[in-house]
Amino acid sequence: MILSEQKPWEEILDYLAGENNVFILGCNGCAQSSGTGGPLEVEEMKRKLEEAGKKITGAMVIDFLCQKALVKSRLRARTQQVEDADSILVMTCGIGVQAVSAAINKACHPACNTISLGGSRGEWQGEERCLECGDCLLDYTGGICPLTACTKGLINGPCGGTSRGKCELDPEKDCGWELIYERLKQRNQLDKLRKFIAPKDYSKMMANPKMLSTSRYALEQSD
Amino acid sequence: MSLKPLLETGKFVVTAEVGPLKGTDTTEINEVAELLRGKVDATNVTDQQSSVMRLGSLAVCHLLKERGLDPVFQVTCRDRNRLALQSDLLSACVLGIENVLAITGDLPSLGDHPQAKPVYDLDSVQLLWVISRLNEGYDMVGNELKGKPNFFAGAVVNPGADTEAAFELQLIKMEKKIAAGARFFQTQAVYDVDTFAKFMKRVEGFKIPILAGIIPLKSVGMARFMNKNVAGVFVPEELINKMAAAEDKARTGIEIAADIIKGLRGMCHGVHIMAIGWEKKVPEVLAAAGL
Repeated sequence: MILSEQKPWEEILDYLAGENNVFILGCNGCAQSSGTGGPLEVEEMKRKLEEAGKKITGAMVIDFLCQKALVKSRLRARTQQVEDADSILVMTCGIGVQAVSAAINKACHPACNTISLGGSRGEWQGEERCLECGDCLLDYTGGICPLTACTKGLINGPCGGTSRGKCELDPEKDCGWELIYERLKQRNQLDKLRKFIAPKDYSKMMANPKMLSTSRYALEQSD
Repeated sequence: MSLKPLLETGKFVVTAEVGPLKGTDTTEINEVAELLRGKVDATNVTDQQSSVMRLGSLAVCHLLKERGLDPVFQVTCRDRNRLALQSDLLSACVLGIENVLAITGDLPSLGDHPQAKPVYDLDSVQLLWVISRLNEGYDMVGNELKGKPNFFAGAVVNPGADTEAAFELQLIKMEKKIAAGARFFQTQAVYDVDTFAKFMKRVEGFKIPILAGIIPLKSVGMARFMNKNVAGVFVPEELINKMAAAEDKARTGIEIAADIIKGLRGMCHGVHIMAIGWEKKVPEVLAAAGL
């Protein structure tokens, strides 16, 4: 699941300046769950744009705009509406906008910003976060990730900025290193804290260039 | 004599912090250099303190060196990746800078460019390890250097950590820093000599020089602000009352700092005075402390 939020209205209008005819595309996947590009939001966007003097040549919600083959086949029936439009306003995440832009030869405007998940893999009730660092340190830290539990992502112990167990940046947030300390103490493993953790290989945190430049995970490639 | 041999002689060492200003006007730095030369053993130049963009520590260290002071080059991990950190350290060496203080650095979100991308490619312990590698003649991945530095590396510790976990973690990290190559420490500001004595007792076995942090109080507001917002700093109510009752606040602040320094003599290896804009008053503090 990818989280998105709608861009400010002024920004969207700015993208559409000088264009009169707009086709709106929503997504029934993550954008629908995020409340940013499902049927309700597409309908509302259509109303607001018409109020702003735009002609909506068509509006459609597709299950998963990230699937280019699906986007192409579903829009075939709407070819005229798409052709009549100056541009497409795509109400979904960054992947969806890129997929639509690649699938349809028409200017595509993003209506949403994709929000960082801060290491969570989707939304769920829990505090555990994983940054996919490629070099798991959880053995040394009592099963609490210092990269995500510490605001600075420090891996050799805390900074001097804790006050009454809280992070100096956010008095509501527990110091991750104090949580690690308490956990290890409880398990009689405080010696783990004495280990020098060598500088991380941060190249492992970058997506593999092959993964970025191929459509390994795109549905149409497995057809 | 530079900082390393001085600490070895056992002299009670005095270092003073110099905070570069925003801009290219170096008038004040030159004035401070004139006032501090011969009065302090080393000057410690902050690296964009509090994540506020300023003139760089390296350039100011160089200016101070030219004016006959022994600079301590503060290096934070906030703004530079491992390439830039190592390169700047080599640059410092060729400019004749012998002392380095390795710190993690405040988060950019606390400063005047909160939009900045924080780096933290290395942390303070790893940076100390890198400095040791450079001293041995290798970069951190093992490539041989042509010409190597001989840095005297320092680190920081917060003796006023206020929970058991925070305090023990400070001590564990301190040991890791020593193992990684720290040869001296300077501390967060000390106002309560008895509490600091307890900390010193705990770290006695580490056998490492410790310079206690001194921040002269300027006002009651400043004391209260630090108690509320600066982790590890505790100004006792008694000192706050003394400031409140004082007619000449500046003089009283200086006297309080001098009393703390007197109380610390014999307990630790020196003091590090962080005057925060009052650099020119450092000689007065030292005179009042009998140094």
